[in-house]
Amino acid sequence: MILTDALVCIVMIAAAIVAVTIRSILSAIILVGVVSLMVAYLFLRMGAPDVAMTEAAIGAALSTVIFLIALARTRGKA
Amino acid sequence: MTQGTLYLASALVLILVGLACALLKRNLLRMVLGFAIMDTGVHLLIASVGFIPGRTAPIIDDPSMLADAGTLAVAAERVVDPVPQALVLTAIVIGVGVTALMLAYVVRLFAREGTLDVGAFRRLKW
Amino acid sequence: MMGRAVTVVLLLCVAGLFWYLASAGTPAELGSVSRRYVERGLEENRGSNLVTSVVVNYRGLDTLGEVTVLFLSVTGVAFVLRRRRDDEDATKGSAADAARRSVPASELVQTGARLLLGPMILFGAYIFVHGHLTPGGGFQGGAVVASAVLLLLLADRKRALPHGLMSWLESLSGFGFVVVGLVGLGVAGSFLANRGVVPLGTWNRLFSAGLIPVIYVLVGLKVGSELAALLDVMMRGEKGGAG
Repeated sequence: MILTDALVCIVMIAAAIVAVTIRSILSAIILVGVVSLMVAYLFLRMGAPDVAMTEAAIGAALSTVIFLIALARTRGKA
Repeated sequence: MTQGTLYLASALVLILVGLACALLKRNLLRMVLGFAIMDTGVHLLIASVGFIPGRTAPIIDDPSMLADAGTLAVAAERVVDPVPQALVLTAIVIGVGVTALMLAYVVRLFAREGTLDVGAFRRLKW
Repeated sequence: MMGRAVTVVLLLCVAGLFWYLASAGTPAELGSVSRRYVERGLEENRGSNLVTSVVVNYRGLDTLGEVTVLFLSVTGVAFVLRRRRDDEDATKGSAADAARRSVPASELVQTGARLLLGPMILFGAYIFVHGHLTPGGGFQGGAVVASAVLLLLLADRKRALPHGLMSWLESLSGFGFVVVGLVGLGVAGSFLANRGVVPLGTWNRLFSAGLIPVIYVLVGLKVGSELAALLDVMMRGEKGGAG
C-alpha cells in the first residue's frame, strides 16, 4: 500500500542525504548500499521483479564491496 | 499524490542529491559515491516511467492473463511496460562496470599523490 | 567560493527543471512498440517471462553490446591497476600490506565460506537456467555466482583463482553468444532469430522458448566470471609484491 511506499521513499532519501553529509566515508558507503536496498524494494512494488533482483544482487552487494575494496586501498599510509 | 508520481518524484530527488554530492565534494571517493547515487536515481526514474498503477508484472504464469483462452495472445491491459525494465537491467550492469573503472582510477591517483583531495592534482591542468 | 555559489545556483535551476518535469507525470497506457511485444511475445517466443524475451530476443543486440561493455570495463580496470616496474607504492605500501596480510580470516568466515560455496553456485545456476520462466536470468545468476567467488576470496586471501579457467570460460561464453546469433542468421534469416531455428515447445516448461535459455546460460556464465575476475583484480594489489 502507499503508506509503506512513502515510508520507504522517505528512508531512501534520508539515507542519501546523510551519506552525502556524514563525516566518515565508511558510513557513507554503507548508506549508499542502504539506498540500493530501498530502491530494490521499490522496484518490486512497481511490478519489476527481475530489476529488483538485479539491483539487490549487483547494486546493494557487489557495488558496496567494490567501494569497500577501493577504500581499503586508499587508506592513508602516513 | 498517486503512486506513480511518488516514485517519479523520489527518483528526481535522488538524482539531485547525487549530482550535488558529485559537484560539491573535494574527496575523490565521495565524488564517485555521488555518481553511484545518481546512477541509482536514473534507474529508478526509467523504471517508474514504465509503471502503470493497478497492473501486474509481465510474467505470464497462469492462463488468466491471456486475452482469450484459445490463442496465446496476452491481454495488454493487465501488465506493466516490459521495455523500460529491460533497459534498466542493462543499465544496472553497465553502471557497476563504470563505477569499478572510476574506482580503479581513484586508487591509481592515490598511489601517485598520497592524498584523495582533488586540489592536489593540479598537474593535469594547463 | 565563487565556484561553489555558481554550482548551488546551477543545482537550483536543475531542481526547477525537475519540478516542471515531475508535474507532467508518467504515461497511462503502453506505447505501440511495448504493446506489440506484450501481445505477440508469448506466441512468438513461448517464454513466460516477457522481460527475458525482450532482453534476449527482441533487444538481443543491446544485450550483446552490454556484455561487450562489461568486458571492456573489466579489461580497463585490469589495465589501470597493473603492476609497473617503476612502481612507488610497491615500496611505500609494503609495510601496511604485510601487516594486513598476516591476519587470516576468522574461523566463522572460513567455515561459512566452505559451507555456502556449493549452495550459492547452485542457486545462481538455478536462477539463470530458469530465466525464461521465473523472474531472474543471466545477470542476476551471474551476480550470485560472483558473490560466491567473493566469499571464497574473503575467506582465504592467499588463494589464487584459476585465471586460465576463468578467462577461457569468459571468452567461450561471449564467443558462443555470437555463434548462436550467427546460427540464427544462417537458418532463419535474421541475427539472433528464435523462431525458425529450434522447436519452441509449450510455454511454462523448462525446455521451451527456443534459444532463449541457451543464450541466457551463456550470458550468466560470462557475467559471473567477469564480475569474479573484476573483484579479484581489484583485491589483488592488497597482497603486496608476492600476490
